[in-house]
Amino acid sequence: MTNPQWIEACEVDDVEEEDVIRFDHEDRTFAIYRTDKGEFFASDGYCTHEKFHLSNGLVMGSTIECPKHNGRFDIKTGAAKRTPVCVDLRTYPVKIENDKVFIQI
Amino acid sequence: MTDNEMVIVGAGEAGARAAAELRAQGFDGPITLIGDEPHLPYERPPLSKGQLCDVEEPAPAFILTKEKLDDLQIQLLSGDAASRIDRSRHIVQLASGREVPYTKLLLATGANPRRLTVQGNAAGELHYLRKFGDALAIRDRMKPGARVAVIGGGFIGLETAASATARECDVTLIEVGPRILMRGVPPQIAEMVEARHRQAGVRFAIGVMIERIDRDQDGYWVKLADGSFIGCDLIIAGIGAVPETTLAQDCGLAIENGIQVNEYLMTSDPDIYAAGDCCSFPHPMFDNRRIRLEAWRNAQDQGTQAAVNMLGVEPAPYAALPWFWSDQYDQTLQVAGLADGASTTIERDLNEAGKLFFHLAEDGRLLSVSGMGPAGAFSKEMRLAEMLAEKQARPDAALLADPSVKLKTLLREFD
Repeated sequence: MTNPQWIEACEVDDVEEEDVIRFDHEDRTFAIYRTDKGEFFASDGYCTHEKFHLSNGLVMGSTIECPKHNGRFDIKTGAAKRTPVCVDLRTYPVKIENDKVFIQI
Repeated sequence: MTDNEMVIVGAGEAGARAAAELRAQGFDGPITLIGDEPHLPYERPPLSKGQLCDVEEPAPAFILTKEKLDDLQIQLLSGDAASRIDRSRHIVQLASGREVPYTKLLLATGANPRRLTVQGNAAGELHYLRKFGDALAIRDRMKPGARVAVIGGGFIGLETAASATARECDVTLIEVGPRILMRGVPPQIAEMVEARHRQAGVRFAIGVMIERIDRDQDGYWVKLADGSFIGCDLIIAGIGAVPETTLAQDCGLAIENGIQVNEYLMTSDPDIYAAGDCCSFPHPMFDNRRIRLEAWRNAQDQGTQAAVNMLGVEPAPYAALPWFWSDQYDQTLQVAGLADGASTTIERDLNEAGKLFFHLAEDGRLLSVSGMGPAGAFSKEMRLAEMLAEKQARPDAALLADPSVKLKTLLREFD
C-alpha cells in the first residue's frame, strides 16, 4: 500500500449543486458529490449492493440514491440508509484549491 | 415482548425483509422463517437476467447470508414447506410434521408461474421461471445456436428472450395478445422494446393463438392457429403468475385475487398478515382500489411494513407508489404508479438518454410515469419523475414535455 495522496478529480464547476459526477482514476471509480449547501464529498463509485455507478443516481440534500434499486447512502459519512444496501460506502477526504476538487485516496 | 413468537412463511424477498425488519425494530423474541426451497433467501430479479447469461455456474444473490441470519438470530427452516395453519392453536405445521407455534404470523408465499394449457404430446415439457433451480435448468439448455421459443411477451418472457439472445440462441417470442407488455406498460414503450428485440434478431409471432406443442426426433414444434410451425429445442413460458394462497384458503382466510389484506396488510385474522405477490390490498393513492402486485420493490416494502405492523407499536398503512423495472439488453424500463384511468400521455424526449411518458388523469393529476433508456442519465430523470407522481402533483403539461425544464425544479414547486 502506498500512502494516501491527493488527486485532482475535477473543477468545482464540473459538479452542479445537489448532484454527483463520476471520476475514474487508474483502475478505480469514484463519485464526487456537491450537496445542496455547496459542500463537496467523495466516495467509492459503485453501490455496495450491486456494482452500479452511483454517479447516475440522484442527490437529494446530502443523500445519494442508487439508481438501480434505490438504496441510499449519507454522502457525508457513507452510511447505508435504506434497503437493499446494508454495507456502508467508503468515503474519502476532499479539499478545494484554486477551484479544483482534490480527493485523498 | 419476549413471550411473542414471530413466524414467517415464505423465505423470498418479502419474508426475508420482514424477518430482518422485526429485529431492526427491536423485537428480541424468536423469529422463524420457513421456506420450501433448500437455499438461503435469495433475490429473484437476476434469475431472468444475468444468471441466465453467466458463463460460470451462477450462485444465488443472497438477501440474508448465514452470518447475517446468525447475527440477527433468525431461525431459518429451509426445504421444509408449511403444510397447514391451525389458527385456533396458533401453530404452523410443516411437511416434516414439525409444529411451529406463532403469536403473529406473516404469509409471504409469493406466486407460482401460470401453466399453459395446450394440446400436444410435449405440452408438459415447457420450462417456467420462478426459482433458482428453474434458472439453472433453462441456462443449461440455452446453448449457442439453440432454437428457443419464448411464450409470453411480459417482463419474464422478454428478459428471457434478451438473455437467450445474449447466449447466441435463435429466439422466437410468441404473444397471443394484440401486443407485448399489455399489462401495465403503455404502447409507446412496448413499441420501443419490440424494436430493440428485433434489432437483436428476435422474431415475433404476435396476436396468434397456440394450437398444440409436440415433439419428434427434430425437437419441439409449436403449432400456431395460422397454421405455421415454430421448430425449437427449448420452450420457456412466461404467461403470468398465480398467487400462492393454498395455506390461507385451507385455514379459512378471506381470498380475493390473492390473500385479502387491509391497508395494514392484516388478513381477515388479526394475528395473520400477508405481504408481497401473494396478497391483494387497497391502495389509498388509487381510490382504495384493491390491487395485487408482482414486483420486487413491493415485496420488499410490504415485507418491511408488515413486520412493523405485526409488532403493533406504530402500525401504518401501506401506501407506496407501485414501481416495476426490467432490464433488457442495454436498456432499462421503469414504470411508477398505475396508468389505468389516465386520459392524457405527455412524452418527454431525453434524446440519447431515452424517453419518459407522463400519464395524467383528467383533472391533471400525475398517475403514472413510464420510461425506457440506457441505464444511466435516464435513471436520474425517471427517479425525479417518480417523485413527482408520489406527490400526486398536477404539473404543467408543457413543462413536462420540455426537456430543458429540470424535473428537480418542477418537483420543488410541489414541496
